[in-house]
Amino acid sequence: MNRRDFLKGATSLSVGASVLPLFKILPASAASQETAVVVIGGTINSLDIHRSGTNRSSYQVAINCYDRLVSFGTKEMPDGSLSYDFDNVQPELAESWEISDDGTVMTFTIHEGATFWDGKPVTAHDVKWSLDRAVSLGGFPTVQMKAGRLSSPEQFEVVDDRTFRITLPFPSKLALPDLATPIPIIINSEVAKANATDDDPWATEYLHRNPAGSGAYKVARWDAGEQLVYERNDQWIGGEIPGYQRVIVREVPAQSTRRALIERGSVSASHNIPNKDAKELAEKPGVKVVSTPIENCIYSLCTNLDFEPFKDKRVRQAVAWSIPYQKIFEQAAYLQGVPMWGGTDTVDKIAWPQKSPYDLNIEKAKALLAEAGYADGFDVPLSFNLSHADWAEPAALLIQQGLADIGIRATIEKIPGANWRTIALVEKKLPLHLENFGGWLNTPDYYFYWAYIKGNLFNSYNYDNPEMATLVDDTLDMAMDHPDYAPNVKRMIELAFEEIPRIPLWQPTLNVAFTESVEGYEYWFHRQMDIRALEPA
Amino acid sequence: MPPMLDKLRKVALRLLQAVPTVFGILVVCFLLTRALPGDPAAYFAGPMADAESIEEVRKSLGLDKPLPMQFVNYVGDLVQGDLGMAVSTGQPVISELARRLPASLELTLGALLVSFVIAVPLGVLAATRPNTWVDHICRFLVTAGVSLPIFFTGLALMYVFYYLLGWAPAPMGRLDMMYLPPETVTGFLTIDAIIAGEWEVLGAALAQLALPLITLALFTLAPIARMTRAAMLQTLGSDFVRTARAAGLSSRRVLITYAFRNALLPVVTTLGMVFSFLLGANVLVEKVFAWPGIGSFAVEALVVSDYAAVQGFVLSMAMLFVVLNLLIDVIYTLIDPRVGEAA
Repeated sequence: MNRRDFLKGATSLSVGASVLPLFKILPASAASQETAVVVIGGTINSLDIHRSGTNRSSYQVAINCYDRLVSFGTKEMPDGSLSYDFDNVQPELAESWEISDDGTVMTFTIHEGATFWDGKPVTAHDVKWSLDRAVSLGGFPTVQMKAGRLSSPEQFEVVDDRTFRITLPFPSKLALPDLATPIPIIINSEVAKANATDDDPWATEYLHRNPAGSGAYKVARWDAGEQLVYERNDQWIGGEIPGYQRVIVREVPAQSTRRALIERGSVSASHNIPNKDAKELAEKPGVKVVSTPIENCIYSLCTNLDFEPFKDKRVRQAVAWSIPYQKIFEQAAYLQGVPMWGGTDTVDKIAWPQKSPYDLNIEKAKALLAEAGYADGFDVPLSFNLSHADWAEPAALLIQQGLADIGIRATIEKIPGANWRTIALVEKKLPLHLENFGGWLNTPDYYFYWAYIKGNLFNSYNYDNPEMATLVDDTLDMAMDHPDYAPNVKRMIELAFEEIPRIPLWQPTLNVAFTESVEGYEYWFHRQMDIRALEPA
Repeated sequence: MPPMLDKLRKVALRLLQAVPTVFGILVVCFLLTRALPGDPAAYFAGPMADAESIEEVRKSLGLDKPLPMQFVNYVGDLVQGDLGMAVSTGQPVISELARRLPASLELTLGALLVSFVIAVPLGVLAATRPNTWVDHICRFLVTAGVSLPIFFTGLALMYVFYYLLGWAPAPMGRLDMMYLPPETVTGFLTIDAIIAGEWEVLGAALAQLALPLITLALFTLAPIARMTRAAMLQTLGSDFVRTARAAGLSSRRVLITYAFRNALLPVVTTLGMVFSFLLGANVLVEKVFAWPGIGSFAVEALVVSDYAAVQGFVLSMAMLFVVLNLLIDVIYTLIDPRVGEAA
């Protein structure tokens, strides 16, 4: 097959084993007006987000190749860059929707003329099959669906071909935004069912390699471990037709190589670069760096309440007063991010994350420690996840020094990324550790639900407070304009700062580097590259 | 029995002898991967998964069964040629190996060839002219090759030839994005390009190959050159060379037929050893040059406790070494006059 033959057949969808030649047609410079090249450090291990074992880098396929019923709008950040807008839910496959007065029934009308890549119209049956799949397969998709109070196929109902109804057990402000996360994608159910087997009724094996969606891009080629090539779907109905005909995502594991590639202009974008590179690249000509604070995410130091000294909140406060925040922000964050220390003594707003009242104050820390009966300090291991060594290692070293100043002797323990989840989040047995939780759904109560409720995954420090539990329980589904909402959230923040099991260090940023030829990048909570927004400058 | 058949029988016997070794490796590798800390089910279920979904993943991975049972299943699948799924990359292990092994071998064998072509003449020259400038150059290259970490050499070469000078193509894998890979026959892009007669693609593949190959060649140059030099010095000082010289044979004949042929034996052995640690060293080069090889695959799999992938890797390496050792033995019989006559 030569390049011309290929061009003729370029709309072919098959990927994987069938080798689709592609690149002879590209102009001398791979990155051009038609084609963008994005380098990532991770690897894409599946084209199906619902499959168990699908990693984070693979979520981008769900974002770029599939549609959801709804999506989020765009807002401009203070620095002029663009971000998705959590407060502005927009149509994607649904052209309109209605929510009943009691807030429990959501009725969606599917976009007139919406079709899958193979030309089949998108119907409510496809939506039902897809959402049934998300709540039935188990694992991460099911957990994420539950966050929107979507847990059973019985909640999803086909009214007619273009009308779809979701019934909630009780009204929740999280239901609609949860439908805009990468999980509730709409799959071409006929294609999927044709490839399902008795052992595999949800066609996980087929969709793993062969996406079947209606989204802005199709997958033209997937060489696992090397690259993914997206080809634009000109019939896309879910939004504005994207700027690039083709986007190539290349996997380049070495950070130094990725940096050389973007600096030389060999690629259009380098996704998720470390803070140090973000700072240095921003000063280079020809390279643009967009750093967006990651919503609802704080890099924190956590003190485990199962560890005897940390049972006393004064000890936790002492730790919070002993941290050289500014130094950490300079040497671990390279000044990329938002400081989360040195706030006011009283909580007067409900924005989250917000600055804690703590700052470096050794005298105060020593006094608190003495008051708690630990004037001579104690020994404690300080752990971090090796996968996050770029920021966690310098931060841990500086925290170690700070703790030494008040007599607490910390020894640093590095934990391999694969073991981190089990040891830190499931067994919750690390006395003192660095943690990076961020919530997809951008409400403070959602953050507190995951991080401050006993037993929940990101409460890796066994914090347990009945008042907090009641507050979160009352607030999680409450509308944001409910009169109790603001006071409840304010109280949660007050408790979090007063009891300080999780000491905020800073709000991190997602850094993406671009050559001058690319525009339109938009930050999304899922932290993956939404290539639909990119366009040639 | 005709000598040819006899040789074949010997080869078959050698292969048969490898079976218990490979099985032993299989058992040890199986147990070792299970002894790794970390819970693959928890890892692959994803960060947000609850206990229930972790159990589901464990079941789907077959890790809920007792160890002996798992092993029996594994060997059973293996006999049918099924190496399982590499969960970390989402592909069957067998297809990963089929794709990645040629990539690594192309790099490794290429580097070995280049360093052999340079190191052997260099070693011979250094041995015949001790303490001259050739010897000093040899010594310098050997020292540099041993002392420069491979990661550093790779980055330094990339910095100079790609970043500063722009001579090398973007270090993004085996082929520039402008070209389409030739039809797969051997999996070696260069050979496949020759078979398909695609000279432009061959050029592109060689260009991508250049920097990682030089990096690895620099690293392997040292042991080969040193071994050649030492072996040559030894044979040149031996009795039979002295006798040959005394008999009035031309110095060229003495050097090549008598000295060099004998000196080649330890060099071939070294080559085998170098090959084995080169496969290990590959990992770093593969990372730096985004080379989709087997080393980076194995390391990633190990980090996330992807049992099937690690086992598949170890198994393929074991097979590779069985073949390699056999090959070296065969080469031995070809170049060693004594072995040849005995047969």
